Amino acid sequence: MAAPISWQIATVKEVRAETAGTRTLALALPSWMRHQAGQHYDLRLTAPGGYQAQRSYSIASAPEREGVVELTVERVKDGEVSGYLHEVPVVGDLIEVRGPIGGYFVWDAMLGGPLLLIAGGSGIVPLMAMLRHRQAAGSRVPARLLYSARGLDELIYRRELDALAADGTGLEVIYTLTRSAPAGWSGFTRRIDLPMLAQVAKPLGPEPLVYICGPTLMVESAASGLAELGIAPARIKTERFGPSGS
Amino acid sequence: MDSVTDDANRELMLDGNAVAGELRALFAVEVTTGEGECASCGRTHPMGALLAFTQGPGIVLRCPSCEAVMLKITRTPRGVYFDAHGIAVMRIASQA
Amino acid sequence: MAEGFVSRGFVGRGRAPGARASRIPPGQYETQGFPVLSAGPTPKVRLETWSFSINGLVRKPIKWSWDEFQKLPQEEFLVDIHCVTKWSKLDTRWTGVSVDTLLEAVETDPRAHYVTAFTIEGYTTNMPLEDIRNGRAFVAHQYDGRALEPAHGGPVRLVVPNLYLWKSAKWVTGLTLMERDSSGFWEKAGYNDHGDPWKEQRYTGD
Repeated sequence: MAAPISWQIATVKEVRAETAGTRTLALALPSWMRHQAGQHYDLRLTAPGGYQAQRSYSIASAPEREGVVELTVERVKDGEVSGYLHEVPVVGDLIEVRGPIGGYFVWDAMLGGPLLLIAGGSGIVPLMAMLRHRQAAGSRVPARLLYSARGLDELIYRRELDALAADGTGLEVIYTLTRSAPAGWSGFTRRIDLPMLAQVAKPLGPEPLVYICGPTLMVESAASGLAELGIAPARIKTERFGPSGS
Repeated sequence: MDSVTDDANRELMLDGNAVAGELRALFAVEVTTGEGECASCGRTHPMGALLAFTQGPGIVLRCPSCEAVMLKITRTPRGVYFDAHGIAVMRIASQA
Repeated sequence: MAEGFVSRGFVGRGRAPGARASRIPPGQYETQGFPVLSAGPTPKVRLETWSFSINGLVRKPIKWSWDEFQKLPQEEFLVDIHCVTKWSKLDTRWTGVSVDTLLEAVETDPRAHYVTAFTIEGYTTNMPLEDIRNGRAFVAHQYDGRALEPAHGGPVRLVVPNLYLWKSAKWVTGLTLMERDSSGFWEKAGYNDHGDPWKEQRYTGD
């Protein structure tokens, strides 16, 4: 039964810096509803006098974690809401949210795999929820994550991703750094292109479930690239995040 | 469709996922898992995959194949305007 | 939703200080950037096939090609612009042709009181004819001394600074002069047929 989704006031339980430009807020929800990995919450700020600003943030945490959702927020240049979320909230603060929302861009372990996840920048957030759910659900579907960021410092959740990739359940994580890479870097060092997609997708066979999330132009380019490689468009789901960060 | 260009406008484009909350508030059920048939070109796409333009005075959802307007939603003091004449048929998925 | 809930420490957009404040209409805030707001993808326009027309209640409808348009008297305009989404940008600089110059070529019919601007991809917007004559509007092909970018309406857009910016149709390809007002793309969806930011005419009925 579909429940009506109303605004509720969540309490900040934890504030955690991820990278220089991203932080995670863990919110305790009075009306927590189990979400699906890939869904998001709408978040709304209200100023005295009634002015409101609203944005959507993908849920980073697995559905298995009850009562709390984690939102990872990238600080956008001159961002009205992301600026506030990076400067103001402390544990105990109240934030108005609505969700969980969105049923199109979701993965549940029951859907199986193989799973191909492609992330650009902060597009990693909903895909991280999928990988955290995959782990919590004990799934061993073959999975590959291709994660593109400008530099090493901008990879969100890197330690956790490396740990997941080493836990023997069949996950591989491939990074590509597009602007600067450290000495001795063995991963890719360029924007996602057709040869990279072909190389990454190949071991998963001809019919993976694909989820692509990140800046709009990157998402469109990767989706059409994979379609060119012969993956059925119905198996490719995309979520566009708008322009890349500054 | 050939308008995939590197421009600031295209970068800002989102998809139906981004307006799932607004649609849910209007319909009281999840809409982005359903499908809509474009009244202009006849192709059917998941509502979550429609091209979304959200920066202006209202939300405009367009057909990913032919870019025709399928849905226009504006919130005004007099109420919400919902123009769906660009959708021939919309199927809302059965809700679990 | 909780009545009266306020987010601690959130003040939203500030208002402009001092003298500039008098140039900002009610409910607006000043921005230094130039936000891109569109109802659709940026159309690809080929100058070889581009044209600008004026038709409807005019003595002789006219159509200019790009080359012909470039040969019309060009002017520089320095104006403030106000978007209904609440941002205003002061001192924007454009180059183009005054609407008065264009209307002189067609001799308007005295029954023409309204105009609908039409564009390359179906977007329309309507306003009183009075709001685009007598120096009140122009058709621009340059912004800040450079060719107008496609994302901002290039090659050519209408600019009507005294009305909300949705009336300044991007990718404009002509004007139709009419006796009666006819609501356009946003006007049919609850936005004001006139759109005067100084009277805060954002929505129908304002």
